[in-house]
Amino acid sequence: MERIDRVSAAAHRIRHHALNMGEVQGQGYVGQALGAADILATVYSDQLRFRADDPAWEGRDRFLLSTGHYAIGHYAALAEAGIVPVEELESYGSDDSRLPMSGMSTYTPGMEISGGSLGHGLAIAVGMALGLRQQGSTARVFNFLSDGELDEGSTWEAAMGAHHHQLGMLTAMVDINALQADGKTDTVLRTEPVTEKWEAFGWYTQRVDGNDVGALLAAFDNAAAQAAAVGRPSVILCDTKVGRGVPLLEEREKAHFMRIEEHEWQLCREQLSAGFNGKAER
Amino acid sequence: MSTTLKAPKLKTSAMIASFADPGQKTASAPFGHALVKAAEADPRIVGLTADLGKYTDMHIFAKAFPERFFQMGMAEQLLFGAAAGMAETGLVPFASTYSVFAARRAYDFLCLDIAEPNLNVNIVGGLPGLTTGYGPSHQATEDMAIFRGMPNLTIVDPCDSVDIEQAVPQLAASEGPTYLRLLRGNVPTVLDEYDYTFELGKAKVLRGGNDVVFVSSGLMTMRALQAAEALAAHNVDVAVVHAPTIKPFDAETVLAEVNTDRLAVTLENHSVVGGLFETVASAVVTAGLGKRVVPVALPDEFLDAGALPTLHEKYGLSVQRIVAKVLAELG
Repeated sequence: MERIDRVSAAAHRIRHHALNMGEVQGQGYVGQALGAADILATVYSDQLRFRADDPAWEGRDRFLLSTGHYAIGHYAALAEAGIVPVEELESYGSDDSRLPMSGMSTYTPGMEISGGSLGHGLAIAVGMALGLRQQGSTARVFNFLSDGELDEGSTWEAAMGAHHHQLGMLTAMVDINALQADGKTDTVLRTEPVTEKWEAFGWYTQRVDGNDVGALLAAFDNAAAQAAAVGRPSVILCDTKVGRGVPLLEEREKAHFMRIEEHEWQLCREQLSAGFNGKAER
Repeated sequence: MSTTLKAPKLKTSAMIASFADPGQKTASAPFGHALVKAAEADPRIVGLTADLGKYTDMHIFAKAFPERFFQMGMAEQLLFGAAAGMAETGLVPFASTYSVFAARRAYDFLCLDIAEPNLNVNIVGGLPGLTTGYGPSHQATEDMAIFRGMPNLTIVDPCDSVDIEQAVPQLAASEGPTYLRLLRGNVPTVLDEYDYTFELGKAKVLRGGNDVVFVSSGLMTMRALQAAEALAAHNVDVAVVHAPTIKPFDAETVLAEVNTDRLAVTLENHSVVGGLFETVASAVVTAGLGKRVVPVALPDEFLDAGALPTLHEKYGLSVQRIVAKVLAELG
């Protein structure tokens, strides 16, 4: 329980950071950040090997954000990890900031790639895993992708490549929030059955509630053990809820780019804290 | 009824037709051998291909360094994304496919994963310009036009085996990404006859001449040299400047030669749009020179299928067509 509590607390802080950053812009991909906070917290506070004071440390595990617009959530996780100062988060999306709206490796410490053009991350992850293995490194590679990215053919090229090259050190996580730019995923381009697709591509596949920290921890533990043992890449399919943790946003008509009124931000923070404290007291 | 003797029609033959003249000195797979040699000296070098190892001379490297060769399958987006990922871990990848697939199919991956972070990934593109008779699906007539707009990318259009052998270690040593217009198989050896060495980013004067100046790149430098010889028989004295690096372009050397009273002609195995001609033309205009430049280049069209000699003649890349064009210009 201590482990779950520790990760849950990290997820809570990530959500708070995301709301604060969203308020700077007055809008943005806050819903995705809230939905993915538990995944990001699990990775950064439990799974990833890194040195906060040396983000380019050679022996680090690599976390690749191919969904560039999730940067708001990633910056929050980097702040939680101590790689980016918390006070810097308020510069999000402003001129001269190291934290642009879409994640780019040339701007931000700890940001491994420039995502944003979707369907790139997994291909780069395959190359990183091949390169690290070729040089005798034991570092792992994590790629965060979204269910919308499953539309891109390049994702499946990379999925085949990872299986062909037996990249056990590669773990992908797919944020399945069932939402993309033009609407619900099943109305834009039907990607289900997602589990069977990854299994057919030869990946060790698990599907979990991506907002259940206990389930996420178990899945990541399984992935590490299974993948290392049999040299199979591993994917964790995470069903998440857009706006998770803030009832006002969970209930809002789902939108890829969420608009939140000026007076609502404080309400969001209060709802988030109330929910988390209520859970903590139980 | 008269009978006319018809010449036998030439055959398209293999996908990668040879453009070497009969009896010409050639070197086998110069890229593959040069990469092996470079890799012996630099352990960071790795090779990748997208199901075209045998057709890009990468198989030579794969055989010499099986543990440093990565077959990515017929998946060009993966090929270049993975090459970027490998470069991120400190390796120096050479990733080969045909030019059409690199330029047209995987552009976004080259642009964002490789060029934007300025990684040392070396893109090796087979069948540049008109070096196959298989039609537009395989003829990369506009690859330089596509790639010239990509920041950070160095573009090299080698003439022959000498250029390729000397370029490979320099491509590996240069920090950012490069694109090599690969000539493969039995590649003509031409520049060994001249006082010449390949220097990345430099144009070189191969021969002087008082009447005409040719500025050429790629295999058209070979044709330029042959045309210069042929024009000498017409008492036309032709200089030849070889500019194998298209970007960054050695405008200084080229403009010093172009800015004279001589007829200036560019020669390239590429569309007249966006390649060497426009590179020279923009340098001329930028320098404020009111100098006319005549292009020898492929037309702005999708080209025919057929035998390479037939197509080179049809589209103006043959020595005969170059000579005729120069004589017409000189009146």
